[in-house]
Amino acid sequence: MIPEIGHFALILALGIAFVQVLMPLLGWRRRDPRLLAIGGSAAQGQFFCVFIGYACLTYSFIAKDFSVAYVAENAHSQLPLGYRITAVWGAHEGSLLLWTFMLSGWTFAVSIFNRRLPADLGALVLAVLGAISIGFLLFLLLTSNPFARLFPVPAEGHDLNPLLQDPGLAIHPPTLYMGYVGFSVAFAFAIAALITGKLDAAWARWTRPWTTTAWMFLTIGITLGSWWAYNELGWGGWWFWDPVENASFMPWLAGTALIHSLAVTEKRGILKSWTVLLAILSFSLSLLGTFLVRSGVLVSVHAFATDPARGLFILVFMAIVVGGALAIYAWRAPKLAVDIEMRLFSREGFLLLNNVFLVVACGAILLGTLYPMVLDTLKLKKLSVGPPYFNVVFLPLIAPLFALVGVASVVPWKRGRWSESWPRLKIALAITVVVAIAVPFALYSRATLLALTGGLLGTWAIVTAVQDVLRRIKAKPKFLAGVASVSRGVWGMTFAHVGLGVWAFGVSFVISYGFEQDVRLAPKAEATIGNYNFAFQGVLENQGPNYTAQQGSVTVSRDGKLVADLHPQKRFYPSQRNVLTESAVDAGLLRDLYVSLGEGFDDGSWSLRVYVKPMVRLIWLGGVLMFIGGGLAASDRRYRLARATERSAVTNGALPA
Amino acid sequence: MRFAIPLVVLVGLLALFVVGLQHDPRELPSPLIGKAAPAFDLPVIAFPKAEIPPTRMTTADLKGKPKLVNFFASWCAGCQVEHPFLMQLRVSGQAELVGVDYKDADKDVRAWLAQRGNPYTPILADLDGKVGIDWGVYGVPETFVLDGNGVIIYKQIGPMTAEAWETKIKPLLGKAS
Repeated sequence: MIPEIGHFALILALGIAFVQVLMPLLGWRRRDPRLLAIGGSAAQGQFFCVFIGYACLTYSFIAKDFSVAYVAENAHSQLPLGYRITAVWGAHEGSLLLWTFMLSGWTFAVSIFNRRLPADLGALVLAVLGAISIGFLLFLLLTSNPFARLFPVPAEGHDLNPLLQDPGLAIHPPTLYMGYVGFSVAFAFAIAALITGKLDAAWARWTRPWTTTAWMFLTIGITLGSWWAYNELGWGGWWFWDPVENASFMPWLAGTALIHSLAVTEKRGILKSWTVLLAILSFSLSLLGTFLVRSGVLVSVHAFATDPARGLFILVFMAIVVGGALAIYAWRAPKLAVDIEMRLFSREGFLLLNNVFLVVACGAILLGTLYPMVLDTLKLKKLSVGPPYFNVVFLPLIAPLFALVGVASVVPWKRGRWSESWPRLKIALAITVVVAIAVPFALYSRATLLALTGGLLGTWAIVTAVQDVLRRIKAKPKFLAGVASVSRGVWGMTFAHVGLGVWAFGVSFVISYGFEQDVRLAPKAEATIGNYNFAFQGVLENQGPNYTAQQGSVTVSRDGKLVADLHPQKRFYPSQRNVLTESAVDAGLLRDLYVSLGEGFDDGSWSLRVYVKPMVRLIWLGGVLMFIGGGLAASDRRYRLARATERSAVTNGALPA
Repeated sequence: MRFAIPLVVLVGLLALFVVGLQHDPRELPSPLIGKAAPAFDLPVIAFPKAEIPPTRMTTADLKGKPKLVNFFASWCAGCQVEHPFLMQLRVSGQAELVGVDYKDADKDVRAWLAQRGNPYTPILADLDGKVGIDWGVYGVPETFVLDGNGVIIYKQIGPMTAEAWETKIKPLLGKAS
């Protein structure tokens, strides 16, 4: 009964979504505020229905209702409750339902917070979001119904993919999706602005908090995914340039460019058509990400869902959404764009440069991701493009970004002068050079080219960001008053740029000073890697809730002092006959000790993979700082202030809302 | 005009996607095709009753006639799907099937075959899946087609189907013999 209610709620949601698209459009044509207002109610009704659907599927998982095919595929009677709830998005159907649920959630939020918008613009934003909803609901109902029943009812479920039974991966997809889906709001704003012709600084200000929020979720989603891969896959890596990772990284790069370009549009009223194009691009890449993961056009470890019929649906859907958007762009943008003279040596000039580097980096990754598919399509050969390509192409493209981040912070809007900016950069440059040389020698008593480069770029980003915020604080006579006077937007920028610098440190140091070694050890034998001594104590059997594990015990010491006691596991999940490595990590800010268990040999010895990873935590700390920065920037007071003043203006002027 | 450039790029990309979708992502070429079957030495699972000690079989025993080497297991769903067709091949005498029981207990596979019939002569036990690794098996069922010299000429990933047999394997075997 419950699954049928869920199914019905989704059908109802589809009907409401049609209303959400058609009524505002009609209202816009007829200039009828009553029809426009229907958009908001429809958005809220649709959200309610999708929520019911989502709740019903979750209930079926909690109740272990194996008569629902999707539940039988992805749950097991022994699966703990927490993972039964997260198993809802453990495979194709459920993760699409989650996508749709989040989309309706974002739409709901837009309908609540955007009462201050001009009525036609607000209603059209909801109409565009409704159109995307229609696509996803149709996709769910026609090709991937999560509520399909199974008969005869199996006595036992097939269980959740063991790879997904990890807290990191349990929350990674929802955050990532929040980011992907969030860009739909920026997209809807862009389309609505193109249609109504209200493409101005106010439009940029309305779009900014939404975009920043989406970017913030995408940032933390990617960070979590990287952290999960490091912990769970047992290879000790944090980024693999896997197509699915690239699929989430491309919208991030485009979204980062969008955030900066929106800042220019808001402050100076220029780069409008470029900003709109970036908004379309960010969401298109989000859709592409969904498409790449869900259709199987690319062969990748992640792509567990491979079904060409579904792929074709997404393709047609994407062609309509992106093609339609770009057609509207080609038609309307020439009328709206204005050419104003812009100087390169100005804040907006540097932001535009930053955009160019970000977009080119994004394009390079797109090329590397799609190139194998193109070759295959042309029947040339099957291959996959590996990390060497991406490292060679990507690193030179992002290095200039770090230099730009620092310089842009001291250059004023409109027109800058080198003679005025240079004195402000001198000190930062001196500090940067000293720190970047001192840190590697102080910690590791040797320097590599990569560590020096990464250190220089990272320190430069951090020092200039801190300097910028200090300058703003010092503009006030008292320190505390100065701190209070700095807006959240500026704090957000500072956090994000410091995060970028911290990330650069992590990446370059872990590559330069990391050790990794595969060793074969008998019980009670030892191996020395780096400055650490790893003593293998042996392996014991261990019983988990839905798996059995062989648990190794390794004690790590340095200079005779015990540092850590590590317990890497090899888990066997009988329900799926899957063996999974669960590596053990002793985490620290300056270094991680990482052990994963390999194969056991007949003589009782085991192969172990041992890593010493200096500063690897900084990579994720950088992501977390950017996440916090995004949160601060999105909640900046002036967005709320603008909202309040506009609302009072609306009430005073007694405009039809 | 420059505002239409993104649209043109998109159309090109979509065209590529359309063609890309026609390809089966599971169709991964095996690097072993055209090479001699990787060496193994495995115990034979006697059917219907166990023999102690079991006899063993090696790669050399595969030579002579063309053979299908089918990796299967009693716990695998796809193997149930292909099983009736394998029985048909056996009964009609069109092919000799060597079964490799992959990561499975002997008694489970005996029960499984007793229920459904045994298409294999003989059945080998790859208890820990190590031979599967040498052969590049990444999931059961997979079927390797060997010519009379023990060289792999085709690999079927997933259940064996009448279609694959008629359109791909039969012509290859015709050429080989």
